[in-house]
Amino acid sequence: MYPSRFRYEAPHSLGEAIGLLREGGDEAKVMAGGQSLVPLMKLRFASPELIVDINNIGGLDYHRADADGTLRIGALCRHVDLERSDLLKSTQPTMAAAAPLIADPLVRNRGTLVGSLCHADPQGDWASVVTALGGSVIAQGPAGRRAIPMADFVTGPFENTLEPDEIAVEAVIPAAQGTRAGGYLKLERRVGDFATVGVAVALETTGGTVRRAGIALTGVGGSTVAAAAAAGALTNRALTAETIEQAADLTAQAANPRTDHRGSAEYKRHMVRTFVVRLLSRDGDSAERAA
Amino acid sequence: MTTVHDDLGDQVASDVPMRRIKFTINGVRKAAEVEPRLLLAHLIRQGLGLTGTHMGCDTTNCGACTVLVDGRAIKSCTMLAVQADGHEVTTVEGLATASELHPLQEGFKQEHGLQCGFCTPGMMLAAKALLDANPDPTEEDVRWALSGNLCRCTGYQNIVKSVLWAAAKLRSGSASEPAQEA
Repeated sequence: MYPSRFRYEAPHSLGEAIGLLREGGDEAKVMAGGQSLVPLMKLRFASPELIVDINNIGGLDYHRADADGTLRIGALCRHVDLERSDLLKSTQPTMAAAAPLIADPLVRNRGTLVGSLCHADPQGDWASVVTALGGSVIAQGPAGRRAIPMADFVTGPFENTLEPDEIAVEAVIPAAQGTRAGGYLKLERRVGDFATVGVAVALETTGGTVRRAGIALTGVGGSTVAAAAAAGALTNRALTAETIEQAADLTAQAANPRTDHRGSAEYKRHMVRTFVVRLLSRDGDSAERAA
Repeated sequence: MTTVHDDLGDQVASDVPMRRIKFTINGVRKAAEVEPRLLLAHLIRQGLGLTGTHMGCDTTNCGACTVLVDGRAIKSCTMLAVQADGHEVTTVEGLATASELHPLQEGFKQEHGLQCGFCTPGMMLAAKALLDANPDPTEEDVRWALSGNLCRCTGYQNIVKSVLWAAAKLRSGSASEPAQEA
């Protein structure tokens, strides 16, 4: 299979790339890792007339923490860079847990986190992780940069709020209030398959009390599910068997799974609940040990 | 290199947006005229005649088309040929020398790491990327590194053994047998 014909440009600066997007309008598409876009184009689900390949733009392959702990991930930072990152291992447990579970090693060598967010697949793992962490996407267009909270970024399956002449240049994870805890659990039939169920939990705790909580779900709704009520039930409370059970129930209620070849809706909802309990119980233990 | 396009009647050949690229394949520098929608796998197989790179699923699932680009294992069915411009590509044909098999190739032979052989080139290149970065991998490391490459014959056991055999051989230098049984 091969894509329909398109014009291809590989500019060396963001300014040039944005100019090309203005020219191309709705028919232009940005390509970073291409691990979702190329398959879509081969299947002719997408037939853009103009591809703006950003791989030749220097200085976008970073991930780094500001002095205050804010994490910034550039548009060309590959999954493999995050999988191998000591910075994530020491400061971002939810992201460090998710990175090795993205697709398979070959896709991770080329695909990018920011590209995955833009693709807005309800089964994309990074969207849940960044949602749970309260992150945002920085879009750059002709008028400059703007930050779009992840909660507002995805508008539906494979739809985001970027204007046709904007490029998502960076993902931002805000600094934690206190100690970070959390993780990502993914049920998949085999490596590289989309999640049957994925659960991202991100906690910020001080002295055994949860200051901020985020829980988001992969593969159990028409888009990434943010379990806000469950997160609210944990905030300003200690992690106890009671609060964990309550959060797990509320998360399972927020899930909106469908029965398909990966499992029944009932099974998926059950797994959501189980994963929340596992993730929170683990963090309860580690918080106790640290206390 | 000559590229022939299907005349689909909608666009005459002069309208096809061709691009000139330069790249290195298995250590040899090449220049090519490619249409942007040409996939790297097709450039390798049809353009360069290197049919050791196999097309399996053609949907980014199976890893049969794995090649190295600048030392990283990627799926050549999921990268545009134009994106190889300025980069270094290694295929299975780049592993052996005229007189000697690469230890990975020898390992697959010694440990019966293949049956039909279709997934083998992709397995070898994914394994090469692993061994280049980690000369002394555990069995778990090997399984993890090969988890994007599907084999429908072997059950993977002998593939993992083959890679561990090659790792031992590479570590032991030029000895004809690996220093330790994998």
